[in-house]
Amino acid sequence: MHTNDKSGIIDSMSDDVSQSESTEADVVGEPGLALARSQAKLAEMAGQHGDSPQSGRRVVFGLEDVSVSYSGMVAIRDVAFDIHENLATAFIGPSGCGKTTLLRSMNRMNDLIQGAEVAGRITYHGQDLFGAGVDAVEVRRRIGMVFQRPNPFPKSIYDNVAFGLRIHGMKDNLSDRVEQALRHAALWDEVKDRLKHSALSLSGGQQQRLCIARALAIEPDVILMDEPASALDPVATLAIEDLVGVLKNDYTIVIVTHNMQQAARVADMTAFFSVDADEKTGNRSGVLVESGPTSDLFIRPSDPRTEAYVTGRFG
Amino acid sequence: MEGFATAAALLAVAVLAIVLISVARKGFPALNLDLFTQNAAPFGQSGGGIENAIIGTVIIVLIAAAISLPVGVLLAIFNTEFAPQRLAEAIRLTLNVLAGVPTIVIGVFIFSLIVVGRGQSGIAGALGLSIIMLPLIARATEEVLLLVPSTLREGSMALGASRTRTVLTVILPTAVGGIVTATIVAVARAAGETAPLLFTCSIFVATAVTTDPRQAMATLPIVIFSSSESPDPHAQQVAWAAALVLIAVVLIGSIVGRLLSAKTRRQIERAR
Repeated sequence: MHTNDKSGIIDSMSDDVSQSESTEADVVGEPGLALARSQAKLAEMAGQHGDSPQSGRRVVFGLEDVSVSYSGMVAIRDVAFDIHENLATAFIGPSGCGKTTLLRSMNRMNDLIQGAEVAGRITYHGQDLFGAGVDAVEVRRRIGMVFQRPNPFPKSIYDNVAFGLRIHGMKDNLSDRVEQALRHAALWDEVKDRLKHSALSLSGGQQQRLCIARALAIEPDVILMDEPASALDPVATLAIEDLVGVLKNDYTIVIVTHNMQQAARVADMTAFFSVDADEKTGNRSGVLVESGPTSDLFIRPSDPRTEAYVTGRFG
Repeated sequence: MEGFATAAALLAVAVLAIVLISVARKGFPALNLDLFTQNAAPFGQSGGGIENAIIGTVIIVLIAAAISLPVGVLLAIFNTEFAPQRLAEAIRLTLNVLAGVPTIVIGVFIFSLIVVGRGQSGIAGALGLSIIMLPLIARATEEVLLLVPSTLREGSMALGASRTRTVLTVILPTAVGGIVTATIVAVARAAGETAPLLFTCSIFVATAVTTDPRQAMATLPIVIFSSSESPDPHAQQVAWAAALVLIAVVLIGSIVGRLLSAKTRRQIERAR
């Protein structure tokens, strides 16, 4: 949708230049202007989206009363909503609301952290992700992940993309598969002449697209993205956002972001999380405030906390 | 206070300088081709070189490295990747204690374990040296493994790699420079160790080059030890020359190790 209107995005990107230092502070500084700007964009989006982007789409993830705790400390609790196929779903909310924790439970990356525990049910195409006999390795092959900071292996560009293919024995037409993945990640033209060069010689934005290519190579079904552009400059951010817009045609995307405008730009659906203090213990943990079509959340939030957050009154 | 501290620092540098200069002054005149190409003189005769001692030291240290390198690296991998926190700490403590055991004790240990009843051998000497090298290699490898950013581990696991696969294909290749460094430093250290060899590999029957580690072999530290006690002035000269060769090997090993280590650290930093 927004890819049709590059100039508009570049304008909003240049706004992000000034905001990259302190996004929230800027919004608070000029609430009226920021609000007007994002509402104009959202009105446009709402018009294009229709009312419910998820209607008629299959549910990929079902979250049923999900709570995640680390060594007994609850990081996020009682989350329930669905994530639909071939849509980009954004998790937004203030720091410490557990959105990254939730994301990392969805491909069982939290298994690697001692003391991490998931209660409730997370289903993937109806199957309990944490059920008996579910192989975490197979889960991670189907549900890829891109991290906050680009983390290419200190190997060649080619070997980075081939890494997962070799692990999973997808070695037929290895070079073709690598090329295909790099094309999907919109990186092929930039690196095709130096596939044997170290991945660390790439710029930050290229490294992140390489990490996306690396995830795409093993033909996953879902890509989880944990603030994939937070360490990148505005131009590289734009490239990643454009890519999300294209990739959702073939994959289901879940993207955690701090940047509300990014959520507005890339996400069809948005889930807003907040931090609550437990009445009895005083422990702070994340909760889901509301979820739904992005345009609804930004223009007609049903919860005052959502409205306060999206209009920049806190966060 | 500052004056005393400066004096202490100068003293340390001065000690090294005095050792180096005196060994160089006395050893340098005896450095010639004969030294490196001739074997020790038969008992009671003068002359001879240290060819057999150099070859003996190389063989023994290589065997010791072949034993301690795999064990040390596996230990470090176990500690950083697999062991629960408490066990890892216990192993770390054990390694520190092992590193602090007086080397003569290690010599006696190997003596009572292997030499008694079987006689001295290059292998017994190598086993003694490998005990000295093991904690050096294991600790240094562990340090460099801990430097490998956890984001790389995550990246690999997120692609569906098992822990073993992650260690073999991501972590070890990233840390290999540090492991090589650790090995060079440990080899340099072991090459100069004398005490473990006194009990295990100090009686040379043959004065020719021995390449069979089942026999006792001449080694540089023992040659320095025994020749320096000899009344023969040529033997004393040989001892100084051997000392110079040994000190050069150890110094070069340490310096190369340091440089490589700095390089590895920079490379790993870039991957962060």
